Amino acid sequence: MASLGSIRRDFAPWANPDEKPFIRFENVTKSFGSQTTAVDDLTLSIYEREFFVLLGPSGCGKTTLLRMLGGFEQPTSGRVLLDGQDLSGVPPYRRPVNMMFQSYALFPHMSVEKNIAFGLKQEGMPKAQIGERVQRMLKLVKLEKYASRKPHQLSGGQRQRVALARALAKRPKVLLLDEPLGALDKKLREETQFELMDLQQELGLTFVIVTHDQDEAMTMADRIAVMDAGKVLQVATPAEIYEAPNSRFVAEFIGNINIFDGQIVEKTGSAARIRDKSGTEFQIALGSNAQADGSAGLAVRPEKLQITRERPADAVNAIDGEVWDIAYMGDLTLYNLKLDDGRIIKISTINSRRRVEDALTWHDRAWVSFAPDAGVLLTR
Amino acid sequence: MSRPSPSLLSRVVIWVPYLWLLALFLAPFFIVFKISLSQTAIAMPPYTPTFGLSEGWEGLKNAFNSLSFDNYLWVFGDPLYVKAYLSSLKFAAISTVLALLIGYPLAYGMTRAPENLRTIFLMMVILPFWTSFLIRIYAWVAILKPEGLLNQFLLSLGIIKQPLIILNTDLAIYIGIVYSYLPFMVLPLYAALEKMDHSLVEAAQDLGCTPIKAFWKVTFPLSLPGVLAGSMLVFIPAVGEFVVPDLLGGSSTLMIGKTLWAEFFVNRDWPVASAVAILLLLILVLPIVYFQRVQAKARESEV
Repeated sequence: MASLGSIRRDFAPWANPDEKPFIRFENVTKSFGSQTTAVDDLTLSIYEREFFVLLGPSGCGKTTLLRMLGGFEQPTSGRVLLDGQDLSGVPPYRRPVNMMFQSYALFPHMSVEKNIAFGLKQEGMPKAQIGERVQRMLKLVKLEKYASRKPHQLSGGQRQRVALARALAKRPKVLLLDEPLGALDKKLREETQFELMDLQQELGLTFVIVTHDQDEAMTMADRIAVMDAGKVLQVATPAEIYEAPNSRFVAEFIGNINIFDGQIVEKTGSAARIRDKSGTEFQIALGSNAQADGSAGLAVRPEKLQITRERPADAVNAIDGEVWDIAYMGDLTLYNLKLDDGRIIKISTINSRRRVEDALTWHDRAWVSFAPDAGVLLTR
Repeated sequence: MSRPSPSLLSRVVIWVPYLWLLALFLAPFFIVFKISLSQTAIAMPPYTPTFGLSEGWEGLKNAFNSLSFDNYLWVFGDPLYVKAYLSSLKFAAISTVLALLIGYPLAYGMTRAPENLRTIFLMMVILPFWTSFLIRIYAWVAILKPEGLLNQFLLSLGIIKQPLIILNTDLAIYIGIVYSYLPFMVLPLYAALEKMDHSLVEAAQDLGCTPIKAFWKVTFPLSLPGVLAGSMLVFIPAVGEFVVPDLLGGSSTLMIGKTLWAEFFVNRDWPVASAVAILLLLILVLPIVYFQRVQAKARESEV
């Protein structure tokens, strides 16, 4: 069976209509004052054991959504449900969720150990049990040697681990993470992404994570909710988000994409022909967008395009231009092809061979071609 | 060499503050210290010995030999002074606690106010400094006296039948000191509370603390440097306070500042007055040294 992109694992409760959502936002609106609406009539379901990522540019309302789940903000209207229970009016200290703050919010006057034990102490857990749990948490995040250090004596990565251990110590039903890797450098961030995923699998927890970093979201998420201006634009698996974005915003926010704007001139069954502004016609498989009509954008990712010196004989869709820029990245080479009407098309090719005969260079004429199912039709 | 030696310039720059301290702090201190070792005399100036070169080297040596610690023994031997010291410390300590109890909620409220209001509140705390301290204390006399504003107000409301006697009591001194030094408490507390990351309180609540518990577990411990700084800034000047007990306190009020003044201007006993002043300085230096140590420690742990 053909599917969109790779399948991470056999886990898709959202596809099962009998499955009950674990967390549910129902028509949630949050306004600050009369001017700003951070979250706008939003409905969203998150399932148990899901690694759920809220992704969007800054100010899109993703953090506000997370804070409403944590109890630090109250919805202006609508309600938030956790495991079937309405959370309205439940203060943060009575919610079975814990949050890892963007700044980590480690208590500077307490040692690593005391920080991790803090939540357990508030619960009134017996001392011996607290000690045992703290040890287990320290082991989990590999910080056994740092138990008596103060937060300011730790590196950024270590602080992040302490914050994680502290939030996990109480065994919350849901762990909320606000830009958990934002303060780490690139290499550490990549390592930590996989660690977080392993941890989530191991503990069987529901993770809701906020990030503005699309790579982070793509790597870790079971599903991603792409947000903009207080609304959720698309909720789907990373592969669906990438290969079948439902809107221009989602398509452009995740990865690189070329969009040919034009008019649908002919529809036959599941195929259509679209004429772009310069008059070039493309054939396209309609896919899920069968009712599309009128003006639309044909969106094709750079790696779905082929670039050649001559027009391939069997090419269905092809357009020519001048090689404007070449960026050699090692594993990939990125080409910018300037069409005769001035538009720039981005193409990426994998360098699967070490030597290339007759390589394209600056100001060469070249053809770019793609299959009918290489692109997605965007109507909004 | 084509340019002047930089070390000379930098040395001069470094020495300016030292010279300042030397001329305006250390030199007067030694003069007072020297007077405290002298004997009172009916003369001009009213103490002996005076150092001069008129009697030559021998005279100078005699003058040195006649210095003694008698005045300190006198001060320690007279229960009046000891009582005055203890009473001053008590007034200062209670005033400091009162200022903390009033100043902390005030500073906390200010930091939680919207940002544009904070500056206004801060101005309101600083504003009294624009009026003379003396005038403000005289204003309190007008408020607290038996026929003053406070009593008139309470009488007109029918809350009291007889005017309250507040002026010339210890209560008036507490009111005066707390009023005068409250800004010194509020400002360091405000600074300490304002730089605190609010997500720490949210984290405490997230981990199961009620807001009140979160305050005592997180906010208060983290504001301790501010509490200490504010307390020192109130306590130290309050111990030696003279104007407030003189204008608002009764004739029986015993505070070292008043005693010092009486010794100097009424008894004209400069040497004893100087000894009293030096001892007061020593009493205050100890908490300052302690305070600086704590601050240095706090700075160390912040790095």
